[in-house]
Amino acid sequence: MSALLELSQVGVAIGKVALLDRISLSVDRRQILGLVGESGSGKSLTAMAALGLLPLIGGRVTEGCVRFDGQDMAAMTDGQRRALRGRRIGFVTQNPMTALDPVQRIGEQVDVVSRLHLGLSRSAASARTLDLLTQLRIPEAAAVADAFPHQLSGGMKQRIVIAMALAGEPDLIIADEPTTALDVTVQAQIIQILGRLVRDRGLALLLITHDMGVVAQVCDRVAVLYAGRLAEEGPVGPIFAAPAHPYTAALIGCIPQEGMARGSLRGIPGAVPSALAFPPGCRFHPRCPRATDLCRATVPPLLARGEGRAACHHPGHGAGAVP
Amino acid sequence: MTALALPAPMRALRHPAGGLAGGWLVAVIAAAVLAPVLSPWAYDVQALKDAYQPPSALHWLGTDEFGRDLLTRLVYGARTSLSVSGIAILLSVLCGMVLGAAAAWFGGWFDRAVTTVVDLTWSFPEILIALILVAIIGPGTTGTMIAIAVAYLAQFTRLTRAQIMTLKGETFIEAARSLGAGNAHILLRHLLPNALAPVLVSAMLATGDAIILEATLGFFGLGAQPPVPSWGGMMSAGSALVFKAPWIILFPGLVVAVTVVAINLYGDALIAELDIRGRMRAAA
Repeated sequence: MSALLELSQVGVAIGKVALLDRISLSVDRRQILGLVGESGSGKSLTAMAALGLLPLIGGRVTEGCVRFDGQDMAAMTDGQRRALRGRRIGFVTQNPMTALDPVQRIGEQVDVVSRLHLGLSRSAASARTLDLLTQLRIPEAAAVADAFPHQLSGGMKQRIVIAMALAGEPDLIIADEPTTALDVTVQAQIIQILGRLVRDRGLALLLITHDMGVVAQVCDRVAVLYAGRLAEEGPVGPIFAAPAHPYTAALIGCIPQEGMARGSLRGIPGAVPSALAFPPGCRFHPRCPRATDLCRATVPPLLARGEGRAACHHPGHGAGAVP
Repeated sequence: MTALALPAPMRALRHPAGGLAGGWLVAVIAAAVLAPVLSPWAYDVQALKDAYQPPSALHWLGTDEFGRDLLTRLVYGARTSLSVSGIAILLSVLCGMVLGAAAAWFGGWFDRAVTTVVDLTWSFPEILIALILVAIIGPGTTGTMIAIAVAYLAQFTRLTRAQIMTLKGETFIEAARSLGAGNAHILLRHLLPNALAPVLVSAMLATGDAIILEATLGFFGLGAQPPVPSWGGMMSAGSALVFKAPWIILFPGLVVAVTVVAINLYGDALIAELDIRGRMRAAA
């Protein structure tokens, strides 16, 4: 039995520029996979590939395949892929401020999803919308459904976007940095809501984020992307206890801890390389404290490590976040 | 919150200038609609012995060279001038939105073709395009209407196209698509409604220009044909009599000027009102 969403050895390119290099991931029902990486590491591109929306930005899958519920997305017609979006795969966009149409009432925007995908009548759809909003703990759901997006706060809008993603009764939700644009307190609420949905409804959730703190809080597994390649993947517990890849360790080192000394919060020196000039060998080597000539020359293979996988010539062994 | 409950066109009336301008426009439109009820005179019955009468209690604005009541003709002229320019702009907006949206949506050679033709017509003054078209179609209200519609087509096409181009990249379009929305839904339910507000405001302001253009064509004798009165036609008749009976050209000219200024003032108030929402949206 294969997982609900399965990417195997997926390569993605826009024009002649290869952006994702043989990414393999899977998410199953009742599971949250955190997809982590800095900006430009290919997280959103992975989501677009899973939704079959790459053509919109001029991209295409060059190798490997994306399977949803056992079916190869590449073998589907445009119409079949479109029927999947919203109905079986819900998508929560990055910025709730701009994810809603400013001239349509909230209710209409949520209604239309269940009318399209579940064939509900106008009145049944709006009853369902109210029900969804109430489930997402939105106070005065009827008033909110009647409001325009500019009348709502950011956290409220993100819940509406989540309601829209849920309206088609999907099996999988892909959330692309759902909390990035929100206040910290609201972030926690949204993360809680998403976590509860997975438990209560048996959904699969692909949570794209750059915040390792969020991953530690809710995810079952985590996949770390760096410059279009998978650096490390596996269950959250062991990876946080003993990250094999120095990049994973560095990301974990970026989480503020209680009782930290002033000024001891680490960043990662340097920046993600441009896709036009990926360094040879391990793509992380210019920023890596453990880099050797081997790293500079050859690409580290993705090897099994415990219950997960990591791609590093010099995997860490010790506990903690020290690279 | 309560102020926002009213639609923007009503809120615009609360501005001092907007209210005054709106009042004038409502009065002119009401007078035009109710012309047969309001006026004891007919616009086309000549009474040569009453010609060239200055304003008096009987003829409030005097009479013209055929002894017809000037106020009556002004009010009937409002029917011609307002309906011709209004319908022309409506036609122009509809065609412009369809063309502009199609150009932005399909892109490629179609976009280039539309943009090139539209830019070409935009490089000429509106009056020139309108004159050429009336010369081809022939004078009269229909000809004037089409000529004005085409003269302003470029403006609405470009505006709609630019709006749709910007909106196409918005997150909510991507969000709609990622939830399974099709092309027709995105174009009709998301893109066009969002592009509508700026197009309507610009249409409002263009109506003022269209009234001047209609009056100009009428002045050249290319608009509504006698004895149907139009503001431009009346001014044309009065221009030969400036010294003998100045009121014949004065009053239609004043009405055109005041109406156009009123449309612009009301349009400004409307823009201000719509911007309040824009700012709230940005602040939210």
